[in-house]
Amino acid sequence: MLKLLIIEDDAEAAAYLAKGLDELGHSADRAEDGEAGLEQAMAGSYDVLIVDRMLPKRDGLSVIESLRSAGDHTPVLILSALGQVDDRVKGLKAGGDDYLPKPYAFTELQARVEALARRPKASGDLETTYQVGDLVLDRLAHSCRRGDVEIPLQPREFRLLEYLMQHAGQVVTRTMLLENVWEYHFDPQTNVIDVHISRLRAKIDKDFDKPLLQTIRGAGYSIREQTR
Amino acid sequence: MNRLARIARTTAFKLALVYLAVFTALSAFMLIYISRNTNQLMLTQVTQTLDAEITGLPEEYARGGVRALVAAIDSRARRPDASLYLLTDFAGNIIAGNIARMPRIVLEESSADVRRVEYARRNIDGEEIRREALIRTFDLRGGYRLLVGRDLGERRHFVHILEEARRVWIGAVVLMAVITWFFVNRRIMKRIDGISATSKTIMHGDLSRRLPVEGNNDEFDRLAVNLNDMLERIELLMRGMKDVTDNIAHDLKTPLTRLRGRVETALRDAGSEEAYREALEATLEDSENLIRIFDALLRIARIEAMTPEAGMDDVDLSDVVDKIAELYEPVVDDEGGTLTVATAPQLWVKGNSDLISQVLVNLIENAMKYGRNDTGAVKIEVMAEKVADRIVLSVRDHGTGIPSDQRERVRGRFVRLEESRTEPGYGLGLSLVHAVAGLHGGQLTLHDAQPGLKASIDLPIGTASKD
Repeated sequence: MLKLLIIEDDAEAAAYLAKGLDELGHSADRAEDGEAGLEQAMAGSYDVLIVDRMLPKRDGLSVIESLRSAGDHTPVLILSALGQVDDRVKGLKAGGDDYLPKPYAFTELQARVEALARRPKASGDLETTYQVGDLVLDRLAHSCRRGDVEIPLQPREFRLLEYLMQHAGQVVTRTMLLENVWEYHFDPQTNVIDVHISRLRAKIDKDFDKPLLQTIRGAGYSIREQTR
Repeated sequence: MNRLARIARTTAFKLALVYLAVFTALSAFMLIYISRNTNQLMLTQVTQTLDAEITGLPEEYARGGVRALVAAIDSRARRPDASLYLLTDFAGNIIAGNIARMPRIVLEESSADVRRVEYARRNIDGEEIRREALIRTFDLRGGYRLLVGRDLGERRHFVHILEEARRVWIGAVVLMAVITWFFVNRRIMKRIDGISATSKTIMHGDLSRRLPVEGNNDEFDRLAVNLNDMLERIELLMRGMKDVTDNIAHDLKTPLTRLRGRVETALRDAGSEEAYREALEATLEDSENLIRIFDALLRIARIEAMTPEAGMDDVDLSDVVDKIAELYEPVVDDEGGTLTVATAPQLWVKGNSDLISQVLVNLIENAMKYGRNDTGAVKIEVMAEKVADRIVLSVRDHGTGIPSDQRERVRGRFVRLEESRTEPGYGLGLSLVHAVAGLHGGQLTLHDAQPGLKASIDLPIGTASKD
């Protein structure tokens, strides 16, 4: 269960968000404006803050800046109606950890919030090997094994699997993959990510009994030991 | 009065004033300099003449006494352009000479110095005229005193000429200043009035007007050309805005109407939960498409409004191409096609790598959609090469291409050719490419590659370029 704070002035959007997160078993508080939001964020200990970019009384970015300068490093997901690349850069510069343009699909938000909550606090905390079932990824040796079988991976396939395994058990959306593995921030019309996933799947799952790389319908992908 | 004040405020008037002041000062300086020097020269000359006169006369006296001296003075005084002579005895009585009257004081003092005195002289008619002269006096034995002088009438005359010249000169300078002012003013005012008048009509909303350019490449022409470029850009942006609004009205209303219809039908007719679910899912899909169109439109509008400097870096184009090719190669491969890259390494351009990547994505996706050859295979080539002082990035397919009469049209927003209606898309892909090309000071060109379409954009060369 995650403890979340939604700072959003649109009551309906906030209620819809809170309801969805409640159903997933998270608990979400809500603040209506920037000042109240900053106060609440400072007072309570939250796992993730969901901050709207444009807020009454105090702008979303300034809320994040104040938090960061007060030494609070709670992960922040910025929501914004401004979806352009430069706005995104501004958001991340202000101390946001992820940026989601409005309108968004709830599954996208869910995946990102959960990814943020489990994000290692510092890059030094990253593990050197990831393991899901009998699949082992060694980040130092740059090698991948499943059981006794060595699986050769292309550099980009390695990055893709690394990101999936870093978020093992969580849902990772196509946009998240495009942003984090390829560092592109646009929306291709073709199924590029699906093709890359299916290639990866052919390497790590095809010749084995239990598939690990799952397709989550309407959301994205997840690497986990058991099928649902 | 108002008109006078306006004229006084003009640059031409101020320039003319400065011109006037500078030239007056310069001519005054020159005149003073000339008259000083000339004066000096004439004085020196007069003094020398006096010295020469005086050396001869005492010798005459020594040889033949007063009689000889008087004879000599008389004969000299009768010469044309004669100097002044005066001989007095010990009592101060005039014995000989051509001077009518001389202040007593001059004669009572003996001095070898040259002095300036006023005297009276008789002219041919016997009248006395007052003149000025430089004189020297000289004592002779026996109480006689000899005075030799030189009339300064010549110098006077010269001073007078200079004064006259000064007057004429200043008059000429003032006249020239006025003429200059008149022409400069007329010319500048004409141009400025032209520019003001055009600006006014433009401000009233007629953005198609342009400032007059005379073609002589003077500063006004350069200003006008720059302003015209600015107007061009403003007009383009305005037109873009208008297009966007028109297109939003048209192309967003259609799916919105469909969406609304679907919801209405579901509310009215759907009997089962399954039917509702189906209708809702279709509605969700519709709304997602709407969002995509909206995003694409906003993105294009943003790019068109961007300043060329924003987000531009030196980018290795071959890197950008390789990265996108790596992303798309498996996709094309899955479709049974090939994606080949032909770029020289280290091809530096000055550009926005995000936008160039997006251009490539759009062109490759287009090629995948419309670039199938007769056998249904997709063969895509991405090329980058240096052409003159630009770097040209092209994506070529082997499909049917775009008919030449349609090539201009497909750059517009929401334009989809008949043949492509069956493929998903909104007709915004090439509009974005066109906008990105424009941002980089280039353009989107579509050639017939026989077979296939070759879409190219040209980019500026980056400074990290090592050739």
